[in-house]
Amino acid sequence: MSDQTYPKGQEALPGLQLEKVDDRIMTLNVGPQHPGSGHMRIILKVDGDYIVHCDPDPGYVHRGEEKMAEYRNYITNIPHLERPVIHDSCNILYPYCLGVEELLGIEVSERAKYLRVIAAELNRCVYTEYWLGIYGIFLGHSTMFMWPVGDRELLIDLLDKMTGARVTHAYFVPGGVRNDVPANFEDVCLRQVNYFEKRLKEYADVFYDNPILISRTKDTGVLSREDAIKLGTTGSVLRASGVDFDIRKKEPYDVYEELDFQTNVLKEGDSYARSKIPWLDMLESCRIIRDALQKMPKSGSVRVKLKPKPKGGDTEVYRRVESGRGALAMHIVSDGNSQPYRIKINVPSFRNLIAMPHLLTGEKLGNLPPVYWSLNYWPVEADR
Amino acid sequence: MSSADSTEIVKTDDSSLAPDLDKSLSDSISKKFSNIEIAYVKPDRIRVNVKKEEIIAVATFIRDELNFDHAESVSGVDYPKDKQIEVVYHLGSYTDTSLAKKILALATRTPREDNPRPGNDSTKLPSLRDVFPSVSFHERECFEMLGVYFDGHPDNRRLLLPEDWADIPPLRKDFAIKGR
Repeated sequence: MSDQTYPKGQEALPGLQLEKVDDRIMTLNVGPQHPGSGHMRIILKVDGDYIVHCDPDPGYVHRGEEKMAEYRNYITNIPHLERPVIHDSCNILYPYCLGVEELLGIEVSERAKYLRVIAAELNRCVYTEYWLGIYGIFLGHSTMFMWPVGDRELLIDLLDKMTGARVTHAYFVPGGVRNDVPANFEDVCLRQVNYFEKRLKEYADVFYDNPILISRTKDTGVLSREDAIKLGTTGSVLRASGVDFDIRKKEPYDVYEELDFQTNVLKEGDSYARSKIPWLDMLESCRIIRDALQKMPKSGSVRVKLKPKPKGGDTEVYRRVESGRGALAMHIVSDGNSQPYRIKINVPSFRNLIAMPHLLTGEKLGNLPPVYWSLNYWPVEADR
Repeated sequence: MSSADSTEIVKTDDSSLAPDLDKSLSDSISKKFSNIEIAYVKPDRIRVNVKKEEIIAVATFIRDELNFDHAESVSGVDYPKDKQIEVVYHLGSYTDTSLAKKILALATRTPREDNPRPGNDSTKLPSLRDVFPSVSFHERECFEMLGVYFDGHPDNRRLLLPEDWADIPPLRKDFAIKGR
């Protein structure tokens, strides 16, 4: 076995090196086919029941979004840029639209800003419900799979009415939103969101106050405040470790400044806190949507008409928003053409990936699901 | 080093719009280091262009004296006309609330070769991993996508690309998508 040689440059590929067999340490590949790993592979070394080394290997769903964006103009980039995270597609288009508007110098109408906020908050809940379902099933709690996936349909119906598509809405465009909402939308939205909030509160009884969940997730995978800052984590991972940082509050975009909501922060930094923050955020989203429906202008234009193939200046922009997983930013470099010169999509999942080896090393193997899924990690988004 | 090793970017001067804190931040950097260029100061966005020999010193100063405690992203941008590749670090702060809105872009450039041999040619930069541990995976991605080798990074393996990838780094401008 040891005589085999590999072509130059390939000897260091993750998980493909020849290794001396150790009596004690065993290497485990979690994924990429194993559903518990998402679309990625986690290469673990275990000593008995304990993980002694963790090497995440993403890239199985890498689609080259950044390269594709260089070949399309600012408008035709819209549909493919939302593909990395189809459940949260409004939030991934948000920084792109804000950035392109800054490049082109467009001012968006007030009604479009409110519609964007409502769509973004609905999308945050749709994403979080999907994630919560997966989190529940991997902890063996099948009710917490059925309930979120069922309740998610309420909001998908709303987004369907709003945008015409259940997922991958392509609703945000530079200059506003693609179309106005139907006439009775506000009443339907209010009714559904109120019911959704009532359902969310019931999750506490069956899931968050469940002693089995608490015993599995309390004090597992603890990320200290200092480490959370040093590793540059974001979103629910950061806020569960006691850092009060939400882009919607710290760098308000569109109309978030005028809306009434609070940032959820927990101090524990364990898997339980990390899984609770997104749920608290959904309750906060319901408040935001109700407030936005009330304050939104009842009529008005929702889209600024752009010239065909608009051209950006010779500059760069960096805009960020708070998505369902954390700060999502786009770095758009323009060279004065109708296509962007370079787009860097800085996604929260990729930023939080660094916390995975940090937290899993030293944990028991059985704690892999609660720690891994509590990171609110979406492999497709991380790979782009 | 080749003669193309200068940092030259078109200046966009919006400094009249920027609040005082942005100006004082950029002033304190330019006071400390003479050899750098403040490319722009926009509201909440500052960009500093540095030579690659100085980047660790400037980054350490920004972290210790100006309280930018983490790097958000590392963007590599290819400029074949200048025969250079630019790497932009976007730095932010969680601990200093007055800096929460600010992003400091720290940019540097490295020579670019037409026939890249990633890791074995002159396209190299010092790694900022010891200053900002959060750049770890971002620099790995930049190495495979643009072929910029980061000296001092302990782990320069592939991250997102397939194991059998044998072409040039795909985010370089001379890597063309078929049919486009």
